[in-house]
Amino acid sequence: MNPQQILISLWTLVVKEVRRFTRIWPQTLLPPSITMTMYFIIFGNLIGSRIGEMDGISYMAYIVPGLIMMSVITNSYSNVASSFFSNKFQRSVEEMMVSPMPNWVILAGFVLGGMARGLGVGLIVTLVSFFFTDLNIHHPLVTLGVVTMTATLFSIGGFINALLAHKFDDISIVPIFVLTPLTYLGGVFYSINMLPEFWQSVSLANPILYMVNAFRYGILGVSDIPVAGALVAIAIFIVAFFVLALWMLERGKGIRS
Amino acid sequence: MAEPALSIRGLTKVYGNGFHALKGIDLDVPEGDFFALLGPNGAGKSTTLGIVCSLVQKTAGQVKIYGVDIDRDFAKAKYHLGVVPQEFNFSQFEKVEDIILAQAGYYGLPLRQAKPRCDQLLKDLGLWDKRHGPARMLSGGMKRRLMIARALIHRPRLLILDEPTAGVDIELRRSMWDYMRRINREEGTTIILTTHYLEEAESLCRNIAIINHGVIVRNTSVRDLLTELDTETFLLDLAHPITEVPRVEGFEVEKVDSAQLALSVRKGQRLNDVFTQLSEQDIQVLSMRNRANRLEELFVTMVEGNNAKTQAEQAAQEEAQ
Repeated sequence: MNPQQILISLWTLVVKEVRRFTRIWPQTLLPPSITMTMYFIIFGNLIGSRIGEMDGISYMAYIVPGLIMMSVITNSYSNVASSFFSNKFQRSVEEMMVSPMPNWVILAGFVLGGMARGLGVGLIVTLVSFFFTDLNIHHPLVTLGVVTMTATLFSIGGFINALLAHKFDDISIVPIFVLTPLTYLGGVFYSINMLPEFWQSVSLANPILYMVNAFRYGILGVSDIPVAGALVAIAIFIVAFFVLALWMLERGKGIRS
Repeated sequence: MAEPALSIRGLTKVYGNGFHALKGIDLDVPEGDFFALLGPNGAGKSTTLGIVCSLVQKTAGQVKIYGVDIDRDFAKAKYHLGVVPQEFNFSQFEKVEDIILAQAGYYGLPLRQAKPRCDQLLKDLGLWDKRHGPARMLSGGMKRRLMIARALIHRPRLLILDEPTAGVDIELRRSMWDYMRRINREEGTTIILTTHYLEEAESLCRNIAIINHGVIVRNTSVRDLLTELDTETFLLDLAHPITEVPRVEGFEVEKVDSAQLALSVRKGQRLNDVFTQLSEQDIQVLSMRNRANRLEELFVTMVEGNNAKTQAEQAAQEEAQ
């Protein structure tokens, strides 16, 4: 395929993906907005008013970056996982397989679709947060860079999950048993400096902690970890996951007999 | 000499469970042909076509589509290929038109080229009124036509139809035959068809290959194959009921029921002799038809013969062990 044809095929796939999640917006865009509003009311307003400040910032403002990041992570991941698995399940993935579209375009198309939903939901949650607190973004480039890279990483993760999945249950295992616990323990609601030394060390093994903190640094200017290291680590993970997903796609893992 | 539309050499497929689906088959489909690949369930038809379309990974062998080796440049080979699979394989929630246009996009076709082609296909295949509705609202026959439209959007030179008329009513099947004949004749599209309706293969195809147990049993023209048919069985509907089977010199006659006879006619025998002898016995024949499609009779004979051979080979192997 020449570059123009590649661009057309990529655009086709991205538009199709965006159309898919906007068509079912009551399932994809509305629930995270409602859930996050609940978090803001319960944790930020009711409980947060008794906690006071954290790292010199009001508790409500402190949890906003983590909650935005939580939405971005879960939505990027689940969008690609459910969409690609649904394509496998309905066999419409064959439409792409019989076409001359290169595998990296298929992967990129789904990842961009996942990023669109993750970032879209992140934006909605950010807008909702304005009803509860004022946010002055300290480092816009860091903020944008971290959230985009995180959406990319988890979109690729969702793709790998969908390739390996045999049934619909298989695409909910990782979000329920891995992503959600890691996100809750990734410093969304607290600073790891509050933890005993041993648990602080354990927390440092949680990759989501780095993303949440790097994002918090971008918005609030405070972080429990060095931000530059976090950005490098996310970038390395993106490359590694992309190569793995592409290798699996080339081998026909989960899609060719 | 022109490259064949499809050339297969030594194609082998062994599935993960050890099942040998294809045992080194060779096949050539000339450009412009209307070709049937026939075989019983599990014979290896869909595996063969799956490999050609990149849905199944081959174990060994070579596949060329219009001279392009799929191992060297599958993307280029895929431009020549349109595929209509056996199972519905589109998103049921998408609009009919969107499904076809998305396929055009996957081939890198700009919308300004794809849209008029899509409109034409929707009209030709009787889907125009349904174009803005979700695919799940279509009837089974319409879904099959949608897959044909989708496969043709990029004007492929080779169209693969895996049981395209399965579950389609007779009227619609005939109209689909007419359409396929037209694109084969007028646009020069080479068509490879698998079907369980042997009447369909006999009516549409010029050449035929029969596959069984992963081996090509026969590969010849439909005309040549039909000349091999030694005996045809006709059903005769009688004007009045009979109690005994009439004796017809030189022919084998069986009574199906009181108003119907089954008559076996060998190659070279004249039917006039039958009617003369029946008239002499005061038996009037109202109508006559083939008991089975001619190709069906040959197919059954060949497949049964091949099954018996395979079983004998397996038995010999087991005995040797």
